[in-house]
This record gives sequence, structure tokens and C-alpha cells, in this order.
Amino acid sequence: MLDLHLRLSLHSDDRHFDLDVALRSDSPRTALLGPSGAGKSTVLLAIAGLIPHAHGHLRVGGTTLLDSARGIDLPARERGVGFVFQDYALFPHLSVEQNLMFGVRRMGHAMPVGAKERIAALLAQFGLEQVRSALPRHLSGGQKQRVALARALATQPRLLLLDEPLSALDQDLRSRLRHEMAQMLERVQVPTLLVSHDPEDVRVLAQSVVRIAGGRVAGAQAVSAALA
Amino acid sequence: MLQPLFLTLKVALLATLIAGALGIAAGHWMARHRFAGQNALDAVLVLPMVLPPTVLGYYLIVLIGRNGVIGAWLEQWFGIRLLFTWQGAVLAAAVVAFPLIYKAARAAFEDIDVRFQQAARTLGASEWELFWRVSLPLATRGIAAGLALTFARAMGEFGATLMVAGNLPGRTQTLSVAVYSAVQAGDDPLAFSLTLVISVLCIVLLVVAGRLLQVKH
Repeated sequence: MLDLHLRLSLHSDDRHFDLDVALRSDSPRTALLGPSGAGKSTVLLAIAGLIPHAHGHLRVGGTTLLDSARGIDLPARERGVGFVFQDYALFPHLSVEQNLMFGVRRMGHAMPVGAKERIAALLAQFGLEQVRSALPRHLSGGQKQRVALARALATQPRLLLLDEPLSALDQDLRSRLRHEMAQMLERVQVPTLLVSHDPEDVRVLAQSVVRIAGGRVAGAQAVSAALA
Repeated sequence: MLQPLFLTLKVALLATLIAGALGIAAGHWMARHRFAGQNALDAVLVLPMVLPPTVLGYYLIVLIGRNGVIGAWLEQWFGIRLLFTWQGAVLAAAVVAFPLIYKAARAAFEDIDVRFQQAARTLGASEWELFWRVSLPLATRGIAAGLALTFARAMGEFGATLMVAGNLPGRTQTLSVAVYSAVQAGDDPLAFSLTLVISVLCIVLLVVAGRLLQVKH
């Protein structure tokens, strides 16, 4: 389902970071677990095509998104990968409904057939009908999270990436929404790769877990075995 | 007194449109790219803000005069003369006011969280779409404030305008040039009323610009 080997180097003025991560997974939801700074989020950004000059290969389902040996490197906008950012990155100038619409309607084109119904269904499914016209700054933390997830799903992605999806929430809300999110992910049936530093997130949300440390894979297991 | 006022508003408005389009484009480009010599280019783009307007006027005369590189070409192919016309005043005002919108636009674009661009790209947006649907709307306030300052600066332009467009009453005599003429002619009541008009307009513009910068998302 997901098969990747990514190599890249990041340079900044005072830091040099090498990433070399290979993994294959057939489970519906895989978690990358590791301390902060291990390179987990970098893996997600590279999969989404948001980091230039990544080498290696990346296949999702039967589709090749990156294969540097064959000169294939799809730009982010053509990868069909949904991304839920840690701080959600909801467009602050757009309403909830417009945020969901962003990836569905292309500028200068008419609305695709069935898109309106799909957005309406997502708003209903994620309990966002009451706030469809609200701007993100008027939403609660839980609502923002649901909008971010719904927005990513609205484009019907082939893969869903979640970067620390619960870390922006306070502790009480976090444990409540963890199970809510697990149910939502269970329903939507899109292959998912998520990143967390919290073993409890991983236990509830994923079936298999890959440990990342220092830009390398430190081991891969089923969640039941890894966190037993 | 109305004629210089209308001419000034026309010149300032057109200069703001030209400087605005170029300044927003340049500001966006500079905010999104990193390259060797960028600081030097930035200095050149900001230069009109610090150079004496007479020096800018001189540069413009050299460029757009009848024997200037651009001036000779414009006259030969389009029959357009810019020297001593109100269009020349527009050009002078646009050049002088350009750094204000350029700096404001660049700062506004650099202020946008990179996450919004990343989110837009994963949602299928092209670079063109990213600019119109995300970057520009999120930079609107900073750009609008910059445009208000650009307009105020264009309206008050004197030195370069005088050199490039001259002081022809009814044709190129803008408010600030008219004040100068009135004082030279010893017409104090006219100078005073012109000064009052300019001052009030500029205060209004600065208040508007301040308001725009205060309110944020």
C-alpha cells in the first residue's frame, strides 16, 4: 500500500540533517513514533512533495509519486496527498466551507460535478454544519481539527498524512478527541500515515508503528507488539 | 485651485496604480526567492526613497528625454513624449513612490506563515492560484496600508516632477508645484489654501494607513 525510501539532506546556517528512511506498510494506519527532532515531520513533508531534492522512491497503492532513478518527481499539487498540519494551517481569511472547497474548485474552472454534494456530506459527517460560515478564528480547537481533516479529505486523496494531529489541544480535550479521531479515520478508509511523539496517540490511532530516531528507521512492528 | 487639485489626484492615482502593480510583483518575488546579489537588488529598488528627488529627476531626463535611450525609442515608434507632460509627472511620482509599496508588500508577503502555502500546494493549487487565493488575500492589509502611503508620497512629489514635467499651469502644475509658484509669486493666500488642502489629504491618508495596519486576522 505504502512503499518508500527517502533520502535527503537539510542544511541551515548552524545545522545539518541527513534523513534516510525506508518503510513498507500494508496496514490502513501507520504511525511514525519518535522524539522531537528525529525527522518524523520531515518524512511527511517529503512525502507530500513539500521538500525539494528528495531522492529515492515513493509509491502509494500502485502509483509512483517519486522515483529519482527514473526521473519522476511529481510536484505537491499533483501528488494527491492530504495533509493535516500540526497547527492545522486553516486559511484564516476563508470560512469553514470555503476551506473545504479550496482543494475542490480550481480557479477559473466551474465546480466539478458532485463536488457540492461531497462538501455538504463532509460538513455533516464532521459535525460542521452549524459553523460552515464561520472563520477559523471563531472555532474551538476540536472544530479546527475536524475542519483540517475534512479539508484534506475533500480532495479525495490517495494517502492521508497527519502531523501530530492532537498536539495543538490541551490535555483533557486531547484524550477525548483521540478516540473521536480514531472513529473518523476508521470511517473514511483512506490509507493514513501519522506522526506522534505520544505512544498513547499511536496505540489508539494506528495499527502498525515505525520508530524513527536521528533520521533513520529504528524498527517497525505492529502496534500491539510495539507498545505491549 | 481646483485644476491643480484634480491634476494632482489624477497623477497620484495613476502613479499609485503603476507603482502598486510593480511594487507588489517585486515584493512578492523578493519574499519568495533567495539568490546571490539579492541585497544589492533590494538596495537598488529602495534607492528612490533615499536619493534626492532632483537626482532621480535627472536620471529620468537622461532616460526619457528626446535623446534618452527610452525617450528616443518612445518618440520614434509611438510618437510619445514624456518630458513636460502630465504623463511624465505620473512617471516621476511612480518612481519616487515605488519603494513604499515595494517594502510594504515584501514585508506583508514575508509575514505569511509558510504552512498556508504548503497547505495550498497539497490541496492542488498552482503557484498562480496560490498567489491569488492565499498570498494576496493574506497580505491585503499590509499592501493596502502601503498603497495609502504610496498615494500620499505620489501626491506630495515635487523635485523629480518639477524637473521631468516642469511647471506649466493647467498642464503639469500639481499642488506641490503650485505651492512653490505661489510663494515665489508672493501670493500668500493661495499658498496657504493649497498647503491646507495638501495637509488635510495627507492626514486622512495616514489615518487610513494606520487603521489598516492595526486590525489583523
